[in-house]
Amino acid sequence: MTEKKGMTINQRTMVIIGVVLAVAFVAGAWYMTRPTTKEQIIVSTTTSFYETGFLDILKKNFETKYPQYNVSFISQGTGLAIETAKKGNADLILVHDPKAETTFLTDGYGVNRKIVAYNFFIYVGPSADPIGVKGLSPVDALKKIAEEGAKGNAIWVSRGDNSGTHSKEKALWKLAGLNVTLLKQQTTPDGKPWYYEAGAGMTATLQLADQKNAYTITDVASYLKNSASGNIKLVKVVDSGKDTLNVYAAIICNPSKNTRGHYEASTTFVKYLASDEGQALFKDYGVTQYGQALFKPWITTLKANTDTDLIQWVKDYAYIEGSDCPMAYRLNPGDLYS
Amino acid sequence: MSWQPISDGVTQAWHLIATCDPQIVDITIRSLQTSSMATVMAAFVGLPLGIIIGMGSFRGKELVKILFNALVGVPTVSLGLFLWAMFSRDGPLGVLDLLYTVPGIAVGEAILIIPIIVSFTASAIEAKDEKLRDLVRTLGASDFETAMAILREAWGGVSLALVSSFNRAFAELGIAMMLGANIRGITRVLTTAISLETAKGELGLSFALSFILFAVVLSLNFVVGYVGRSRWFGDLQARSGW
Repeated sequence: MTEKKGMTINQRTMVIIGVVLAVAFVAGAWYMTRPTTKEQIIVSTTTSFYETGFLDILKKNFETKYPQYNVSFISQGTGLAIETAKKGNADLILVHDPKAETTFLTDGYGVNRKIVAYNFFIYVGPSADPIGVKGLSPVDALKKIAEEGAKGNAIWVSRGDNSGTHSKEKALWKLAGLNVTLLKQQTTPDGKPWYYEAGAGMTATLQLADQKNAYTITDVASYLKNSASGNIKLVKVVDSGKDTLNVYAAIICNPSKNTRGHYEASTTFVKYLASDEGQALFKDYGVTQYGQALFKPWITTLKANTDTDLIQWVKDYAYIEGSDCPMAYRLNPGDLYS
Repeated sequence: MSWQPISDGVTQAWHLIATCDPQIVDITIRSLQTSSMATVMAAFVGLPLGIIIGMGSFRGKELVKILFNALVGVPTVSLGLFLWAMFSRDGPLGVLDLLYTVPGIAVGEAILIIPIIVSFTASAIEAKDEKLRDLVRTLGASDFETAMAILREAWGGVSLALVSSFNRAFAELGIAMMLGANIRGITRVLTTAISLETAKGELGLSFALSFILFAVVLSLNFVVGYVGRSRWFGDLQARSGW
């Protein structure tokens, strides 16, 4: 009988020790992973920006200059990146879709939009270029691809993920006078589609196009990076031009709608991007590795005022009511727009 | 035909392990943190529930069991999406500030694996002789003591439940991606890192990380299995009356 009693006590003790250990463990893990005392700002950004590795350099330089801040990047397609900010989970967005950005501002979610960089979209395809797209303008090239695609001679791969690149692609089809919804339903003579929707990031889409010997649209940065690493053998078939401009802008979440409360820190971050120091980061990134900058600094270009054609293109494409950000959506911008 | 990404992966995995690459160590530890926190939390909820369902006889018991069995198959990305909406700043649980934190991922994974623990535990207990419960009761045991005795009898199945749920939490991607968003140095874990490196086209590194993930799972399971069956553990159990 005494033995039985002893057993019971031990059993209980064991359970209690187990529970105490488990609680201590969870508390310890919680404590170890608590946020740092640094103010943490979250930037919701696009995959094309993220996958190039530029943001790591940006983070390092910004945090060295402003040690009181910690920057975290969340990379998603532009569609989800904006949705994340709308739900109050980020402090600012860094995206490339002027149309969606305008809606973000006019719906009251964002303030102080600032254009910071640009580059170009290009079309890439198999090096043999079986349908002879090389040298055509972006719009004519699409017409040619659609015509040959329907005959079964070419395949087009779309991102299909509502990203900025996907938006651009849809806009270009529209310029070419073609209806994407109809193109998707078209089949080649042997009954297969020629318009593929990858539903994936830029690198995955390029890999798909590479495997299928297909044509696709990509930002220059993603193309150079994948080409240099030997991931893809596709070559550039349609070069940059007015219609394939790609413009990156930062927008701070409106503090009256966003409860995270890092408006000041976010403003500092955007000002850093627009500063000579921030712009120099864009100018230098990728030069040694790829022989050219992956992103071109917009503010430096605007100040230098030498490439007037390009400046006009950017203004036509990405300005809202004649500026980076209409007056109504500016909130204590300080010297951001001077 | 090219084996290159895979062979690159093997070489890189060895290199990363041999040099104790600080970033890899960091994300591996974070993976272990999230999944073990999740397993502990899930055990607190899941074991009692599993014992109640396994031992009890109440109306709708079969229905409850079917429900938990079905919940085992919930896609991680759907659960992640649901919790993302719940934990969002403007969501019902936004005030907890769990989104994009390690505890946030752990809570999500705990919710994912609770059904595994409940289902496995309940089945393990039911598989034991039904008369056992009455026998323990007639010997004058309280409810708690009865539960403990039955848990001990069903320990094989229960430990399998705990190990399986740890594995599931360790290897899942959807919740870690939705609730953690793969922020470098803060919420990046092995699976989200693999997903990112694949998206970046760094296939060698992706394979390397996958091998590391598998190696960790394998060694943990080996240790648990070996210790669980060892004479030393048996002695410890006997001496403590467990």
